[in-house]
Amino acid sequence: MSLVRAVRLKTARLLLAGIFLILASVSLGAEDRIHKVQNVFDPHSTPAHGILGIAWIVLAICALIFVVVGSLLVYAIWRFREKRGDQGTEPPQVYGSNQIEMAWTVIPLLIVLVLILVTARTTIEIDEPAFPADALQIQVVGHQWWWEVVYPEQGFITANEIHIPVSSEDDPRPAIIQLASADVAHSFWVPQLGGKRDLLPNHPNRMWIEPEQTGVYWGNCAEFCGTQHANMLIRVVVDTPEEFEAWVLNQQRPPREDPAVAGGRHIFETMTCINCHAVGEKGAQNGFGPDLTHLMTRGTIGAGVGETSRDDLYQWLKDPDSMKPGCYMPDMKLSERQLNKLTDYLTTLK
Amino acid sequence: MSTTDATYGIWNRPLKKTGIVGFLTTVDHKKIGIGYAIGALFFLLVGGVEALIIRLQLMVPENNLVDARTYNELFTMHGTTMVFLAVMPLSAAFFNYIMPLQVGARDVAFPRLNALGLWCFFVGGIVVNLSWLYQVAPAIGWFGYAPLTTKPYSPDIGTDFWIVGLQILGIASLAGSFNFITTILNMRAPGLSMMRLPVFTWMTLVTSFLIILAFPPITIALVELMFDRHFGTHFFDVGGGGKPILWQHLFWIFGHPEVYILILPAMGIISEVLPVFSRKPLFGYPLVVFSGAVIGFLGFAVWSHHMFTTGLGIVATSAFAFLTMLISIPTGVKIFNWIGTLWGGRIRFTTPMLFALGFIWMFMLGGFTGIMHSSPPVDAQQQDSYFVIAHFHYVLIGGSIFALLCGIYYWFPKVTGKLMNDNIGKLLFYTIFVGFNLAFFPMHILGMTGMPRRTHTYKAEMGWAEPNFWSTIGALILGFGILFVVIQLIYSCFRGQPSGENPWDARTLEWDTSSPPKEYNFGYTPVIHSRDQVWENKYGAAEKKMGKIAPGPHGIHMPDQSWWPLMVAIGLFISGMGVIFHHQPMSTLLPFLPEGIHFHILYFTGFGMVVTFMSIILWAIEGPGGYHLHPTAEELEGAVQPDPQQGGHH
Repeated sequence: MSLVRAVRLKTARLLLAGIFLILASVSLGAEDRIHKVQNVFDPHSTPAHGILGIAWIVLAICALIFVVVGSLLVYAIWRFREKRGDQGTEPPQVYGSNQIEMAWTVIPLLIVLVLILVTARTTIEIDEPAFPADALQIQVVGHQWWWEVVYPEQGFITANEIHIPVSSEDDPRPAIIQLASADVAHSFWVPQLGGKRDLLPNHPNRMWIEPEQTGVYWGNCAEFCGTQHANMLIRVVVDTPEEFEAWVLNQQRPPREDPAVAGGRHIFETMTCINCHAVGEKGAQNGFGPDLTHLMTRGTIGAGVGETSRDDLYQWLKDPDSMKPGCYMPDMKLSERQLNKLTDYLTTLK
Repeated sequence: MSTTDATYGIWNRPLKKTGIVGFLTTVDHKKIGIGYAIGALFFLLVGGVEALIIRLQLMVPENNLVDARTYNELFTMHGTTMVFLAVMPLSAAFFNYIMPLQVGARDVAFPRLNALGLWCFFVGGIVVNLSWLYQVAPAIGWFGYAPLTTKPYSPDIGTDFWIVGLQILGIASLAGSFNFITTILNMRAPGLSMMRLPVFTWMTLVTSFLIILAFPPITIALVELMFDRHFGTHFFDVGGGGKPILWQHLFWIFGHPEVYILILPAMGIISEVLPVFSRKPLFGYPLVVFSGAVIGFLGFAVWSHHMFTTGLGIVATSAFAFLTMLISIPTGVKIFNWIGTLWGGRIRFTTPMLFALGFIWMFMLGGFTGIMHSSPPVDAQQQDSYFVIAHFHYVLIGGSIFALLCGIYYWFPKVTGKLMNDNIGKLLFYTIFVGFNLAFFPMHILGMTGMPRRTHTYKAEMGWAEPNFWSTIGALILGFGILFVVIQLIYSCFRGQPSGENPWDARTLEWDTSSPPKEYNFGYTPVIHSRDQVWENKYGAAEKKMGKIAPGPHGIHMPDQSWWPLMVAIGLFISGMGVIFHHQPMSTLLPFLPEGIHFHILYFTGFGMVVTFMSIILWAIEGPGGYHLHPTAEELEGAVQPDPQQGGHH
């Protein structure tokens, strides 16, 4: 009997191990610099490590209880099945046992007490850490369906892509992200860098990340926010400190003014584009649409629906709905000539 | 034999028992229960089709089966349908049909109010689904987070259909719950003390209290939202100083108890079925009952665990985490007691028993993932991801639906007097079990690799294609399984083998009467001497056997039928349509109406309110009515004549 039970325990353990292996193998594919697979078991940032630590503890406790209770259940079902010759007789009518029931009430209570203490410690570590005074401050404002990114100390605004410097043990550089929403509820989630935090109207919020490996990390809006919720992708670009300095310097520069594309700039400034978008000082500073001053330094347009390639930009200007149905970027009904000029202009905004 | 008494009130009350009129005016808890079941199974299939379209859309990356807006409508309606129109009414079907039989009552305390519940359920379900007809199904999620639901972000009337539908469904739930509480507390058979009640009836009681305490917050939230949308208030309007997060609190103060409203009836059913097929009494009955009540209480103290990621601060976050973890104790205790019930028994693997055992497994897995995100840091990686979808489908399908299917197979012989084929039932159980796990287990992996909920598409390079593909295959298998259960159910209604009174050799009072039960349930008044009364009648000691008191010479008093519950519901429907079409061009309602003229809320709502209040007044003055029935001599075998001092038991 005990052998059968042991085998069963082993199978259950193997099964669990298998599940973990599947999860781990998913992370193996993400060795390149762009982390498109957002595996929480493969964290690259301080709060994400802490979360994974406690997740393992909870998972281990649950797995242990599962193995014990699951084995008991399987054993009971198998051992006490109706056998030949049982018909017509009744088993002993047992109504309960105070000792046993007391035990299986108190033991879970003790487990819960341990769990809440561990949890509270991690919660405090993540929610209220001591930041260095010069920590990087970033403001992220959620819009339907894109992210406005403000670097208040550096004095510039960008969108959908957040650059932060990499941290190391000698040089920790946590980035504090203030979260707000311009319209409905959103949620900022880049799984490999940290847990999610909601962006709520009239309810300021804060989170922080401290990545220790360079690369591009993908994430998504995690709170349903309307039609194009699925196409509200985040890219966090973790640079070396030097790359980050260079990127900041470029962002702080006024927009390039290439005389070759003056026609396109004229369209941008005289059509309704500047009612929502801004390039440098020109145009709306109200955050209705993404700031385009250094558009071409970003990898994507439309919060991830296209690349900042000439083809995608052209298509986006021609018919935004074809790339992101329901989005608030209107189809301006521009002629082919206007479209070409405008696209040429935008591709110079480096 | 029936004798009609003098009819009180202005009009004669309808007497026809059969046909359409008989159904529309019925006050019989059994017919009402069947009405709930038919509606709930229909909506279960509707919600299932919506789910399958969702799954087909996600089967491959960047799929174009449906567009973003339609996808959002589908998951909104899927959630709303499954919670309010499938699982809750299917539970209500069992409350209605089984609970009065288990307490030995002739009917529920307020038979006409019970009918109102049924009609409000139908009207609410129709209103919510009418939005499909007008091609403006709500696309706001079943949780309807403000301010996405306010006029600037959801200008079409889909959201209004949703608001009004839920309000009317709330009336149905409240009417039913007050009725069940009164029935259980006041109409138990002599000797049936609270601690002798079957566990299913106990869970009916706890669930009913949860409903009457949890529905007011959602009612208020919906009223506030309606006023924001129609009358210029600013509860959720940031521009006017509103706080959208208020909606989240109000919604989850309702929404978390709602989770237990969905699962406690399931636990009640399991606690009935396991003892019957283990041939043992429920292990630790008082603790199982007490755990259910504790879950009910704690259910009101954990709502903010749905909001850990909104930034509540360390103290609130930790307090809600602790209370949430505490719920795992009474839940775990129930599972242990169920295993204790199996232990030492003679387990018979019938279809209901397989569903009950499947329930324990699946509910346990869903419980573990629940413990995982009770820890706020862990929740920060799981909230609003597919991990959470996996979690609550394990407790809602693996839990609630498995238990409700278990209840269908278990009580079908009682309701129809016929059997469902056990081999086909088992085959369908295994189909559903495999399909369910294939559909939802991969979602754990999807969530752990960052797939957020409610997204209509995803890119191939995110690595979510394979789990999504298998999940869709599983969902299709699950869908066919459920469809064939419904087909088998309908087939067995007509062609099932006769079952007799008590085919399972079950233990509780409902199995003491004929299958299906007579209109008056029991020809005699049962006098209860033990918890598992029917088992004791057969196998127990002499002093534990049931007594029977025959009705007095006037017979059994039965309530008369009535048109007014239906009329109240119709009045509410008209009022609701008035709210929905407030300020809409008339052509929105029907294409041939003028486009230039707009509805005002007073047109329809005024008329609807007149219908409602007139019906309530006529309901009040039509009087109690009633007639008397006389059971056959065979039914009264062994019954003693009532003590004239105490009067007859109605």
